[in-house]
Amino acid sequence: MVDRIADIWGSRTPFQRGATWPVRVDQKLADGLSDADVDRWVQSACVLCSNGCGCDIAVKDGRMVGVRGRAVDIVNHGRLGPKGLFGSWQGMASDDRLTSPLIRRGGQLVECDWDTAMSAIVERSRALLAERGPLSHAFYTSGQLFLEEYYALAILGKAGIGTPHMDGNTRLCTATAAAAMKESFGSDGQPGSYEDIDECDAIFLYGHNMAETQTVLWARVLDRIEGPDRPAVVCIDPRLTPVAQRADVHLAVRPGTNLALMNGLIRELLHHGWVDEQYIRDHTVNFEELRETVEPWTPEAVAEVCGVPADDVRRAARIFGTSQRVLSTALQGFYQASQATASSCQINNMHLLRGLLGRPGCGVLQMNGQPTAQNNRECGADGDLSGFRNWANAAHVQELADLWNVDIDVIPHWAPPTHAMQIFRYIEQGSIDFLWVSATNPAVSMPQLPRIRDILGRTELFLVVQDLYLTETARYADVVLPAAGWGEKTGTFTNVNRTVHLSEKAVEPPGQARPDLDIFLDYARRMDFRTKDGGPLLTWEGPEDAYRAWQDCTRGRPCDYTGITYERLRGGSGIPWPCNEEHPDGTIRLYGDGVFPTDPDYCETYGLDLATGAAVSEQAYRAGSPAGRAILRAAQYHPQHEPPDADYPLSYTTGRTVYQFHTRTKTGRARQLNQAAPSAWVEISVPDAARIGAAEGDIVRVASRRGEIVVPARISDIREGTVFAPFHYGYWDAAGAAPAATAANELTMTEWDPVSKQPNFKNAAVRIEKVADGAGPAPAPTTAGSHPAAGTDVPATRGGAPGEASETMGAAVPPGGAIQAARS
Amino acid sequence: MKLPIYLALLHRSEQSLAGAFRVVADGHAAEPDVYSVCQLLAGQCDEHVRALQPAVQRYGEADEGDEPENLHHSGPSRTRSGPVGLLRDLQDLYVLASLVDVTWTMIKQAALGLRDIELRSTVEDCEGQTSMQLDWLRTRMSQAAPQALIAAR
Ligand code: SF4
Repeated sequence: MVDRIADIWGSRTPFQRGATWPVRVDQKLADGLSDADVDRWVQSACVLCSNGCGCDIAVKDGRMVGVRGRAVDIVNHGRLGPKGLFGSWQGMASDDRLTSPLIRRGGQLVECDWDTAMSAIVERSRALLAERGPLSHAFYTSGQLFLEEYYALAILGKAGIGTPHMDGNTRLCTATAAAAMKESFGSDGQPGSYEDIDECDAIFLYGHNMAETQTVLWARVLDRIEGPDRPAVVCIDPRLTPVAQRADVHLAVRPGTNLALMNGLIRELLHHGWVDEQYIRDHTVNFEELRETVEPWTPEAVAEVCGVPADDVRRAARIFGTSQRVLSTALQGFYQASQATASSCQINNMHLLRGLLGRPGCGVLQMNGQPTAQNNRECGADGDLSGFRNWANAAHVQELADLWNVDIDVIPHWAPPTHAMQIFRYIEQGSIDFLWVSATNPAVSMPQLPRIRDILGRTELFLVVQDLYLTETARYADVVLPAAGWGEKTGTFTNVNRTVHLSEKAVEPPGQARPDLDIFLDYARRMDFRTKDGGPLLTWEGPEDAYRAWQDCTRGRPCDYTGITYERLRGGSGIPWPCNEEHPDGTIRLYGDGVFPTDPDYCETYGLDLATGAAVSEQAYRAGSPAGRAILRAAQYHPQHEPPDADYPLSYTTGRTVYQFHTRTKTGRARQLNQAAPSAWVEISVPDAARIGAAEGDIVRVASRRGEIVVPARISDIREGTVFAPFHYGYWDAAGAAPAATAANELTMTEWDPVSKQPNFKNAAVRIEKVADGAGPAPAPTTAGSHPAAGTDVPATRGGAPGEASETMGAAVPPGGAIQAARS
Repeated sequence: MKLPIYLALLHRSEQSLAGAFRVVADGHAAEPDVYSVCQLLAGQCDEHVRALQPAVQRYGEADEGDEPENLHHSGPSRTRSGPVGLLRDLQDLYVLASLVDVTWTMIKQAALGLRDIELRSTVEDCEGQTSMQLDWLRTRMSQAAPQALIAAR
């Protein structure tokens, strides 16, 4: 048994480059139970981050009682991290699950039956459609539903109602990953694979604290680091994260300056000739513009703007330029920062310039934050068009009109899709009066919360909230719908590296809770949405019908699912798309042939200007003649919009901690996780703490122009001048009528990237002052990025007996045989 | 030679456009993208004004009396409110930016005719940005139009 709260990544199984990552099967059962007590194991995969670890759910007496990693799965080779081990099943089983629909009567939410709840929704929906049309309706969904559910939502929204106002919280988490791939490669679709960790000589982590956000993936990296031929590690992060602690070069850049750094790294590659000229000529366009754009960014210029030593910039570039195989990964430090898409495109450019794509060890992982974010992007329940189709290509829209058997003009292709921040603006202005929120919690996760609460509280707004628990957002609802969750319904989902998993129903949902798919289908039926021929728009009976329809939708598109059936997913490993006749076992890496989906008739977008978001016309795109070549997108660096000043002298950034997910809806209800990171804190540097006279654990007020939080301070190794707050801590479990403000987004700005429309959570100007002595150390874990500064005496974070889980080494031959044989 | 009239026109129009972008940015600061992009584009216009300076010095600027009256455009001094107000203000910017855009084209023709390599390269540096400004305005208006014209209260 291993204390997996104290030992986040579990025991090491070191391996060398090119070998297969050994199997280690991790398992956790409820207190007092052993294997013999388990009635059955039900196949699934974990939904507490984007990694997609295959697992089996232990069921006893009709309840989920534990979880075990699947040894055969290519993603995790049996491993699970703390959230999977403790949060996945316990997070579903809290006493306060919603078990009945609720409806607002006389200002209070009261229980009602499904018919009452759905009738109220349909009545309001119909009335608004009659009075003001489809533009009065908006849907804001998640990165945590199943593929089948997104596809149902996409069709009912785009072909039933016909509204362009559909988005998901994927806008907050993964929109930039999608945008950067579309801009560089012509379509969404992850080039790399987790297997590139096994094969690389160097790994670059851009604003990606993988050690906390995808713990099992980091375990794979650690096993390489501790193997005989350790890859070089380069980390770009303002905090001394566990990744930074293992790095050969740690570039602790000033928040808001990523693009300056990237332009500087590219300039180094060019000046040293660390490029593949043949590849550039044959497989890319726009090289000249990129060269001119990066030319001013000498290492000294980068040092000046980013606040890192010029020699470290040189060293990082040298590692990239001289390693044979390089893997790059990126996450929120780039995606939620200023010039997000422009900066993330430069990561793609680094690989394109050296031709390091589509071969073992040479990959890019533009990460996702959430487990099913990828499916929202694919299905188009967000701003995308189903099957990575191009909004601006009439033939693509017609394909969907044919599939769905509706008139093309019902599908709202006549205006750009409305992103989440704009949806909330339209509600604020009173032009959207119907909002349906599923499986997400904007009252805590969106920027500038005082404003978001005002918007959700508008009396004119009819708000439907569909969730597992009565979240902060649900408290504003007119109707609350109790949803079935993980293990209580069947469906598929796809992780960062395109691997599709089936998650089977293991137990009955509590009370009257229903699968999200059933709820959407019920709404469509009651609304009587029709096809062109007068038949019902959605005729599916269950998830597998939806999945088959989805397969049809993906035929011939980059995300081709036609070769992946439910049946094939049962029993074995997840399978990475595209999987079709040409690739019957799925595809480990994309673009090995250097052919990119940029053909004007095939691409997902004609592109947007990186600086402004102006749409590139089809004509202009064709004139650039990418035709299968990648596009080296370039952009000038611009300083952030709210730099620190005399009144607000510090940079504020937000992020995750390893033990919690999102707004803690599940993880906060798993005692091991919650005890490890029970409540909010901020991290400040040693010199900044000295300046305000604060010691470890003292209570501080952090204020921006928009709001404030009052929380204990962790004095950490964060870069001087920067303040970090974890974003998980809202108010659902807060005691008292007027709890202290703790949500990181009280302070953040309403601002977004011009291309991906992802909000900029990673820089705001703040000031900080001490308000009271602390009663002990801050409640921040010592095991990861929030560890105290050297020399501070804080008890180590431990799980004790409840935090123990079993590990079985080498329980099986590592997976991947068939697929490895098939890879290029 | 009438080039100085057109140089003066362009010079003043870019100045007006810079001012207009700033007025719209401030007036519609509740739309964060409009605010930040308009500020960015105003900065581009300032750059264009600076870039034109050498040509203005070489050819001189015609005095105002020489300029055909109906070519003169000054930007808005204040903005309208509400969703339709935003649309109208962006549309005004579009008209002004179009004038700038087509004037660059004419200056380019003159530079080609005069074989003035320096002026020609100035045009080439700037005209792409102006046309991107138009693209952005068109993109933003297309986004705003359905909501403003159909659903807004
Ligand atoms: S790494 Fe992610 S998917 Fe895997 S067990 Fe942890 S939370 Fe679940």
